[in-house]
Amino acid sequence: MAAYTSLRALRAALESGDTTSVALVQASLERAETLEPQLRAFVWLRKEGALADAAASDARRAQGAVRGPLDGIPVALKDNLVKRGERTTCCSRILEGFVSPYDATAVERLEAAGAVVIGATNLDEFAMGSSTEQSCQGATRNPWDLERAPGGSSGGSAAVVAAGIVPLALGSDTGGSIRQPAALCGVVGIKPTYGRVSRWGLVAFASSLDQIGVFARSAEDAAFGLECLCGHDPRDSTSLPEPAPDLSGRLDGDVSGLVIGLPDEYFATEGADPAVLDAVRTAVGELEAAGAKVRPVSLPHTSYAVATYYLIATAEASSNLARYDGVRYGYRADQVESLTDLYFRSRSEGFGAEVKRRIVLGTYVLSAGYYEAYYKKAQQVRTLLRRDFEAAFEGCDLLATPTTPEVAFPIGAKTDDPLTMYLSDVYTVSANLAGVPGVSLPCGFAEGLPIGLQLLGPALDEATLLRAADAFQRRTDHHTATPPEFP
Amino acid sequence: MTTPTSHPDYEVVIGLEVHAQLRTRSKLFSPAPVSYGEEPNHSVHPVCLALPGVLPVLNREAVKLAIRAGLATHGEVRGHSVFARKNYFYPDLPKGYQISQFEEPVIEGGWLDVVVGEGKNAATKRVNLTRIHMEEDAGKSIHDAAIAGDATHVDLNRAGVPLLEIVSEPDMRSPAEAVAYLRTLRAVLRYIDVSDADMELGHFRCDANLSLRPHGASEYGTRTELKNLNSFRSVEAALEAEIERQADLLDDDEPVVQATMAYDPNSGRTRVLRLKENADDYRYFPDPDLVPLQISADEIEAVRAALPELADARCERFQREYDLSEYDARGLTVSRPLADFFETAAKVHGQAKPVANWILRDVLRALRDRDAEIEDTAITPEALANLVDAVESGKTTAKSARGLVPELVAEGGDPLVWIRERGLEAVSDTGVLEAAVDAVIAENAEDVERVRAGETKVLNFLMGQVMKRTGGKASPQVVRELLQARIQS
Repeated sequence: MAAYTSLRALRAALESGDTTSVALVQASLERAETLEPQLRAFVWLRKEGALADAAASDARRAQGAVRGPLDGIPVALKDNLVKRGERTTCCSRILEGFVSPYDATAVERLEAAGAVVIGATNLDEFAMGSSTEQSCQGATRNPWDLERAPGGSSGGSAAVVAAGIVPLALGSDTGGSIRQPAALCGVVGIKPTYGRVSRWGLVAFASSLDQIGVFARSAEDAAFGLECLCGHDPRDSTSLPEPAPDLSGRLDGDVSGLVIGLPDEYFATEGADPAVLDAVRTAVGELEAAGAKVRPVSLPHTSYAVATYYLIATAEASSNLARYDGVRYGYRADQVESLTDLYFRSRSEGFGAEVKRRIVLGTYVLSAGYYEAYYKKAQQVRTLLRRDFEAAFEGCDLLATPTTPEVAFPIGAKTDDPLTMYLSDVYTVSANLAGVPGVSLPCGFAEGLPIGLQLLGPALDEATLLRAADAFQRRTDHHTATPPEFP
Repeated sequence: MTTPTSHPDYEVVIGLEVHAQLRTRSKLFSPAPVSYGEEPNHSVHPVCLALPGVLPVLNREAVKLAIRAGLATHGEVRGHSVFARKNYFYPDLPKGYQISQFEEPVIEGGWLDVVVGEGKNAATKRVNLTRIHMEEDAGKSIHDAAIAGDATHVDLNRAGVPLLEIVSEPDMRSPAEAVAYLRTLRAVLRYIDVSDADMELGHFRCDANLSLRPHGASEYGTRTELKNLNSFRSVEAALEAEIERQADLLDDDEPVVQATMAYDPNSGRTRVLRLKENADDYRYFPDPDLVPLQISADEIEAVRAALPELADARCERFQREYDLSEYDARGLTVSRPLADFFETAAKVHGQAKPVANWILRDVLRALRDRDAEIEDTAITPEALANLVDAVESGKTTAKSARGLVPELVAEGGDPLVWIRERGLEAVSDTGVLEAAVDAVIAENAEDVERVRAGETKVLNFLMGQVMKRTGGKASPQVVRELLQARIQS
């Protein structure tokens, strides 16, 4: 895979006959297996099925019936997306043995575009976490430093793209779960507008915040991947009616006249690594040099975002995870004495610590007597945060911020202190609360570890985000750097 | 007059919550069909099974039916309403929550006019509605030892079936009013094709809130909730039993404790299921998988335009158009099939009044005896019209015809054929009748004199005697004419 640096190059190689889908998929599978002992990024690999799909793609190509830029390209799924006939574990014991009888819309659309699913990647259990350590499969390693976490919860998908196993992987982003690991693994990760990509078949964590997105090596690759996922889906009531946008066709390298806002609050965060802030400022300077205009903006309610996020996300999670009760599928405790015992023991044994912590918190937040003080108040603050963004986007086309306060942290460094872990999301959660799109792209290094630049845009304007990210990447080479151990 | 109260010392206060199953083809949030008698767990879809990653999509047909119900009960259809999650654990509740409406229901307010009592004692009472909201049903737990041994099996065919919950204000003052309200509500829902409202199939279920207070008191007493009342009889019996229980407590100065109660038909008593301290905290919150339900004014108007003529309006029209009393018109409009039956029969016959009388008196009695509804029986409007016509034209007697009604209701058929085959033709052979008339005149000379002296009522007595002699088969008109002719001559 490393021989081809972009989807554009891969497609050219497929078209010229320089390679075949079978060869690409074979190479991906082999690299995955070779690196797995170090990376621990995959939950399962789909060898026979993937090779059969690749052969079908080659046959289509031979007949001149190529489905598009993704035809024959190996991709990976985060293991909270269902694929018919395959296990979906969410890296939780509670889903032990579950095999989905249906496809997620995102998976269906990816496969309809010809992409070949080679496997499913590790995540924090039910996508709850910021390090991919909270997984019943064990922690995934950051390809840039195997002692460090890849971020989370889509750490597995970020790692497999960073390690050059696949050019494209799907993730889900509830509070930053695509952008934060993209930043820590030095790849591009985009979370589109809420409702852009159908959530049908995405195992719910927090329904009003969850959104599917992609990881790729470049903004252009991300555009190719994302545009095939978008568009209305009648199976998801929250799916937006807008048709899929043309994203890849609008990458012209031009940012002249684009107004970039720098939110004061994001550059004044206590505890943020000065090296990260410097790299982000330098990157913004690069865009300014290319013709963009930069101005300060204010998102005055930012300091409430993390608290608001954890109230809403846990409330929804406590309800969304009630279905895992040991009755219909998944894990069921042995030799229970009563119905209550069945629920208690199945859920106590099936869920991990972080998930239980959030269920308990969410149950509390929604309970009679506390609902008004917590959940309802959080919804009111959410409205204020959304208005912050609306006001900011009246004066600028996009916002530029750091994606994370610091570079990848050592595995185990934050697992005993959930509140510190929650602060990893300080720059990313607001976009989920407001429903706006965000992209993270590599913009430099500190201590040899990647730094992420986050661009946020108004609802439905993924095209401008990717255009700016692509323009930046045409002028810089941060995204072409590969982890030294996995060249 | 005031409506009957059921307790001398206390005023009874009753509010009802009714669950009615909506008549849709598919479930409220999934494409699985709403089915009857299907094999367990066959009318299901990943959404009904709450598989990981599934999402609900609202069935707009159910919304239309809810709007229909709201308009038919004079409620306000909200342009913006919200689906909420009601969270609790139960094996037949696959998601661990039920999607319902809580703070912002689809219909607010409304009322029903209910006739309580019969005949001269009938009075109209207005029962106000608090709200009508939509929700999905749960599945069914099967604790049948023959099927499952000690285990419990779960059937999710019913999970997700659309329901309306119709909540009344605490406006009823006796079990009789409560039952009258339920009957009227059920009739309305059937009238507008919103629900089959079949109680035996569980399509129409009721919970009742009941409290007592001294007559004249302005504050309500402590209420208890009676769950899962599945027949009109059980509603009435359970309410009576609970009134007695609460009255006994109050008589002894014992407090009524807020609780959820169940009625045991075997003992005829109510018992506590759970106290309020143990009440569930449902942790309601707006379902984030569903956007708020928006209903446009155009949609409401379209539903209104498609509504059939409602019972109240039809009742007024029947009084106007057919010159019926309010009581008769109401009796004919309790259900749409009955009102349709009447109108068709009246049209075939040509005159409404006699047809109405035959329906209200004879057909309704035959239906009651069979515990049946008009639409479930074999009698046709044409048959009834022909029967009435046969009586009026003297082909048969009213008595013979009355005897035929239960059979027509049960088996159907052409009444003219029945009359012929059973020999029920009225005797109008003047030879036979003259002989009978002569005999009666000879035997009742005194009465004949009284008729001659102007006591016309006595003529009826003489007619009765002739009828007796002819076994009730004589045509009354012919007998009357013959008698009059003989007496005057």
